[in-house]
Amino acid sequence: MRSDASRAARSRSRATTVTLYVLLVVVSVPFLYPTLWMFFSSFKPANEIFLQPPALLPREWTLDGFAQVFTAQPFVQQYGNSMYIAAIVTAASILLSAMAGYAFARIRFPLRNAVFTLMLAAMMVPTEVTIIPIFTAVNAMGLNDTHWPLIILPIFGPTAVVSVFIFRQHFLSFPTEYEEAARLDGVSRAGVFFRIALPLAKPAIAAVGIMAFLRSFNMYFEALIFLRTPENFTLGLAITRYQDFYGEQMWNTQLGAASLTVVPILVVFLIAQKQFVQGLAQTGLKG
Amino acid sequence: MTALASAAEGGRAAPRRRPRPDRDRWLGAAFVAPQALGVIVLGVVPFFFVIWYSFNEWRPLTGQMEFIGLENYSRLIADPTFSASVLASLLFSAGVLVLNLVIAIGLAVLLNRRMKGTTAFRTIFFSPVVVSVVAWSVTWGFLLAPNGGINGALDLLGVTGPNWLADPSTALISLVVVQVFKGVGMNMVLFLAALQSVPEEIREAAQLDGASPSKSFWSITVPMIAPTILLTGILTTIGSLEVFAPVQLLTGGGPGDSTNVLPFFLYRTAFISQQFGYASAIGVVLFAIILALTMLQWTTRRKWVHDEV
Repeated sequence: MRSDASRAARSRSRATTVTLYVLLVVVSVPFLYPTLWMFFSSFKPANEIFLQPPALLPREWTLDGFAQVFTAQPFVQQYGNSMYIAAIVTAASILLSAMAGYAFARIRFPLRNAVFTLMLAAMMVPTEVTIIPIFTAVNAMGLNDTHWPLIILPIFGPTAVVSVFIFRQHFLSFPTEYEEAARLDGVSRAGVFFRIALPLAKPAIAAVGIMAFLRSFNMYFEALIFLRTPENFTLGLAITRYQDFYGEQMWNTQLGAASLTVVPILVVFLIAQKQFVQGLAQTGLKG
Repeated sequence: MTALASAAEGGRAAPRRRPRPDRDRWLGAAFVAPQALGVIVLGVVPFFFVIWYSFNEWRPLTGQMEFIGLENYSRLIADPTFSASVLASLLFSAGVLVLNLVIAIGLAVLLNRRMKGTTAFRTIFFSPVVVSVVAWSVTWGFLLAPNGGINGALDLLGVTGPNWLADPSTALISLVVVQVFKGVGMNMVLFLAALQSVPEEIREAAQLDGASPSKSFWSITVPMIAPTILLTGILTTIGSLEVFAPVQLLTGGGPGDSTNVLPFFLYRTAFISQQFGYASAIGVVLFAIILALTMLQWTTRRKWVHDEV
């Protein structure tokens, strides 16, 4: 038999739970609504975008916006550009930063700490600060309006240091027994890295891969500086160029291009969100 | 000890044996070489070029380059756009730092309990992190427009909303909001991981001793997650001082210079008005501010981060 006191406590805790859910739902709005609005508004006719009172869903569903996405710009090619650049950047970032992180964590070599400190310090130099000498160098090499700077900078530049750091933390906290056993069996250091340490570093690979992909796929500043012709544009730059094309408003087209950029990534995120979130949380960045 | 602390203090986390030359030291150097050389060639060397450029008058269109000493800097000090730009950057950064950490910790505390649906909410709060910054900014631009969704919703409540992005009193705070909701999910996840390493027993013991929830939050939870606060604080500060896309896409630095943050001022000076020397001086100042704020947070850490070294 339940006492009045415990019933009161129970109803109080139920009230707390309800309050908590209401709070979470309210707080969700600014996180969720913009993305939902962007998606549904790309199915609206242009004159419905600013219709009052505001509505999430189109009154009249249309694919006109999406159709123009592909006719106003070489959107398929731009999509391909972003995808292939992000693929190269992701693969190279994983391999190179894993090698560097492994060496910083496991191998003693001259100037190790000095080099590592220098790399951490370089994280404080924003891309915007060094863009002028890099821009003049890219120009001098005739690589303006090509994808080279967009591939080279994120793989080798200071923004890659976070990836090295993540791998270093992973290898510092990962037991060395497997590697030592293999070394006793006569496997070389490089062999140990490629055949044992790297395959066992899945959480770090996931975290670095996701971050490198997002950084490249969503890159904007460098694209704005280096790219000139629409055929070479990446998606971030392409989305901004749907405004007032031919002098007419293309709001729904712009939102359509944005949706086509964002929704596939969001779907992958929803499917793999556990690996996404936990990989990032568990990998060295925590205290 | 925080990961960053152990990193900066020379990897003291690794067991200290008497350094003995490693047979594989050349392999180690070779493994590090691509990224280390990359950082030097694409970060350190260009940075010294920027310092050199900042002592020159350099207009790339005419090819004219002339050493003028500190003149760019004295010009900066006299330039009202520059002081407005520094102010905009500092206000933006302070706003993002405070709002981001408060919301990130708040959400992490809310979600750090056994309750149905926390995974779903965590996914919602994290989702803007994977959204392209251009798509996110463009969408908020529609919502913040004078006749956009936010003012439409306010109208229904009988409130007339301002022209968020064109009013000097609301433009900067609007950018702060856009930036915070974009990135706060990342910090929330880091704080969730930190909270999950706070032993439940400590909090329960405090509760039994009669500590109120707010008392146990301030005297147990906060000290336990202080290393994470330090790390996310530094990374969030650096990130907010580098902001570019939302400013360019939403306000273009205006109205006036109220949102003309340093990276955007630099971009306009270099690539619109084609003054590479003057823009380089802005870059040096931007770096100096980032360095100063990072050092400030790093050197004061011993006052409030107890859980390390």
